[in-house]
Amino acid sequence: MDLTLKIWRQKNAKAKGKFDVYKVSNVSPDSSFFEMLDTLNQQIIEQGNDPVAFDHDCREGICGTCSLYINGRPHGPKRGITTCQLHMRSFQDHDTIVIEPWRARSFPIVKDLIVDRSALDLIIQAGGYVSVNTGGIPDANAIPVPKIKAEMAMDAAACIGCGACVAACANASAMLFVGAKVSQFALLPQGKIEAAERVQKMVAEMDRLGFGNCSNTYACEAECPKEIKVTNIARLNRQFMKAKVCAEKYEL
Amino acid sequence: MTKLNSKIPEGPLAEKWTKYKSTCKLVNPSNKRKLEIIVVGTGLAGASAAASLGEQGYNVKAFCYQDSPRRAHSIAAQGGINAAKNYQNDGDSVYRLFYDTIKGGDYRAREANVYRLAEVSNAIIDQCVAQGVPFARDYGGLLDNRSFGGAQVSRTFYARGQTGQQLLLGAYSALSRQIKKGTVTLYNRRDMLDVVIIDGKARGIIVRNLVTGEIEKYFGHAVVLATGGYGNAYFLSTNAMGSNATPIWRAYKKGAFFSNACFTQIHPTCIPVHGDFQSKLTLMSESLRNDGRIWVPKKKEDAEKLRKKEIKPSDISEEDRDYYLERRYPAFGNLVPRDVASRAAKERCDVGYGVGHTGLAVYLDFKESIARLGKHVIEERYGNLFQMYEQIIDENPYETPMMIYPAIHYTMGGLWVDYELMTTIPGLYAIGECNFSDHGANRLGASALMQGLADGYFILPYTIGNYLSAEIHTKRIPTDAPEFVQAENDIKGQLDKLKNIKGKQSVDSIHKKFGKLMWEHCGMGRTEQGLKDGLSQVPSVKNEFWNDLFIPGEMNEFNPEIEKASRVADFIELGELIMKDALQRKESCGGHFREEMQTEDGEAKRDDENFAFVSAWEYKGESVEPEMHKEELTFEVAKPSQRSYK
Repeated sequence: MDLTLKIWRQKNAKAKGKFDVYKVSNVSPDSSFFEMLDTLNQQIIEQGNDPVAFDHDCREGICGTCSLYINGRPHGPKRGITTCQLHMRSFQDHDTIVIEPWRARSFPIVKDLIVDRSALDLIIQAGGYVSVNTGGIPDANAIPVPKIKAEMAMDAAACIGCGACVAACANASAMLFVGAKVSQFALLPQGKIEAAERVQKMVAEMDRLGFGNCSNTYACEAECPKEIKVTNIARLNRQFMKAKVCAEKYEL
Repeated sequence: MTKLNSKIPEGPLAEKWTKYKSTCKLVNPSNKRKLEIIVVGTGLAGASAAASLGEQGYNVKAFCYQDSPRRAHSIAAQGGINAAKNYQNDGDSVYRLFYDTIKGGDYRAREANVYRLAEVSNAIIDQCVAQGVPFARDYGGLLDNRSFGGAQVSRTFYARGQTGQQLLLGAYSALSRQIKKGTVTLYNRRDMLDVVIIDGKARGIIVRNLVTGEIEKYFGHAVVLATGGYGNAYFLSTNAMGSNATPIWRAYKKGAFFSNACFTQIHPTCIPVHGDFQSKLTLMSESLRNDGRIWVPKKKEDAEKLRKKEIKPSDISEEDRDYYLERRYPAFGNLVPRDVASRAAKERCDVGYGVGHTGLAVYLDFKESIARLGKHVIEERYGNLFQMYEQIIDENPYETPMMIYPAIHYTMGGLWVDYELMTTIPGLYAIGECNFSDHGANRLGASALMQGLADGYFILPYTIGNYLSAEIHTKRIPTDAPEFVQAENDIKGQLDKLKNIKGKQSVDSIHKKFGKLMWEHCGMGRTEQGLKDGLSQVPSVKNEFWNDLFIPGEMNEFNPEIEKASRVADFIELGELIMKDALQRKESCGGHFREEMQTEDGEAKRDDENFAFVSAWEYKGESVEPEMHKEELTFEVAKPSQRSYK
């Protein structure tokens, strides 16, 4: 396959970015999107220039490192996969492909296609855990968990923290990310104890970091590589309301 | 010759750890606050250690090269985690898990360490459930188990095909909680490039900030390496692109001994190589062997037609299929350990029965289990794996068998550690995959997660106190101390040297060539001649690397090419040690198969008389031969026998 690539280049967070146009030829349709970019970078390096920086690590769709806005869609045209799982057979010969970084106020650009997503870590640090120390734990089977609840918790816990939901959202909202974590714990007896405190802390941190609000476009669900459902946002809202109305007060 | 002191406690095997825990020295809470610990790596071992040490009150600095600690490659582990809970009432026990692990490792691991691992395995499951890890459950709400290779009981706990992800997110959440509390400080996007030794003790590290390119120095009363395996020395492996051996290799060059380098695990069920452009290999979980049957055609002409795509696998009738694992190993069938399954696949392909367009693939077929259990059950168990396969190969594995072939996956070798997980450098610890201690010559499936979390949650937090109790009077050493400055200058010099080669080739192109050399000469089958050939080619690869490498961009900026270059320089040196270690070990054991040493029916032939030892290599300087020390292995309880899965 012969392709034309329009790629966002930006030297660092402060520099002004722009699109550069590149040509790659003889790309195998069986190669992955990143293997295509590897080929491009190999060409660029051979010409003595600076290769395109992009985030990637496991290349099997689970670590959440990869990002990329491809032809206007986070993780490219196919549903339910990450960019590293995207293969060139999803494109046509002689296509022009536009590649941009995630665009959101809370994700500043590091270089080229790489953004800083530490805001997502900060939200987890605000309360995305069960407060247990190592050791002194009762037997794992001491508290049975209904299978259906465990499965629903697992559906929510499948989130890989890539930030596609934020990138897809017109408001750059992180509600799906937060909703998934809040849901995972709200569905399990182990996480219930701190549920009210957790949801309020995580939402407050999300707001502080400049993520927008949800306006129910469902773009996040459509673009989530793990197909996390917006019902998790509904559950987040319910948990939040319940905490505000019923829970005992605590200091933020 | 230095005598290696493994510091194994006296007493009966089953009582060693209990005795150690009740007699090791402690650090009181007010002193813990004054002590600083560096943890490098935030995978299962690193994150669990950093979180647990933070909870105890130590001042912890956690480092990772990724943008977030949640992305460490433990996340990609699929199948599960072993524990001796015996929830299935099928005869499991701590002893049986210990025995299976020792036998699975082909009697090349330390008994005391492995017993301790089995002993703490149950607490790991309790811990993870309390953290909110959504393990698979039965309809009664209790935890479910599946079977894995090398065991005849069901002791593997799992969360769909994403067990590593869920366990890592559990450890990451515990770590996040400590970061919020201020006991742990996180340094992300940092590459560790050296360990700083002051008066013979590990006292800090040198890192490169991957965003700014700056070289930074950090002090710690102790340094813990949890930096994973070195499979990427082979270029193509199931490791993440960034997985590297630089921290452990630099530690080796500062005096930490390197053990059993040649014990590399070739995983039998990976998606086959399909082109020169390929950047990595993808694993299909071993758990698939619970329900999938492995076969190749019985007739060579059928294999030939399949390779040319003239016929489909479904055209081969049942009697023309060779379920070679079930045929050769009736007792364990498709659930033989990884090394055995890998060699059997290679054997079939080498003699012309392989499928796929390269002839280097075998089938993993789910037709029968789909008929028996229904598609929905298979989907529930392995849905994400099937989807992953379809993305890569563009075939639907519910309808046509998967094609698989062995690939480099895990490295059992690593830094030598004693019972306390301390390396030969006082104050420097190695936990998880980067040490050598628990898996011998072959790791059983679902045991890596167990070891990573055992080391981090339940072992290191005890053993490190025994060392730090003597350090409570050591004041924090400023990072402008001469040893820090010296180490910093050395690293800057090395990076400048790389940058100034100004040759023509990219890092990847040299790495690819070197990986091919490693795979061909020190892959699944190894011979004396092959290893010697391989070793003789290393100098020319080094020469090419140090004279013809080209690194674009600047040093003081985000520059992935510099990161890769310094990693590959280390892989080449480490690769040489892997081959040296493979050459000296004139026996076949576990993942190390010396073709000269096999039984008449092609099984690995161990030599307990001459090779029941752990090799521990000592660095002696550039262009000087490293010296090999031996830690003799003694087996008091699990007496070595010919490993049979028939």
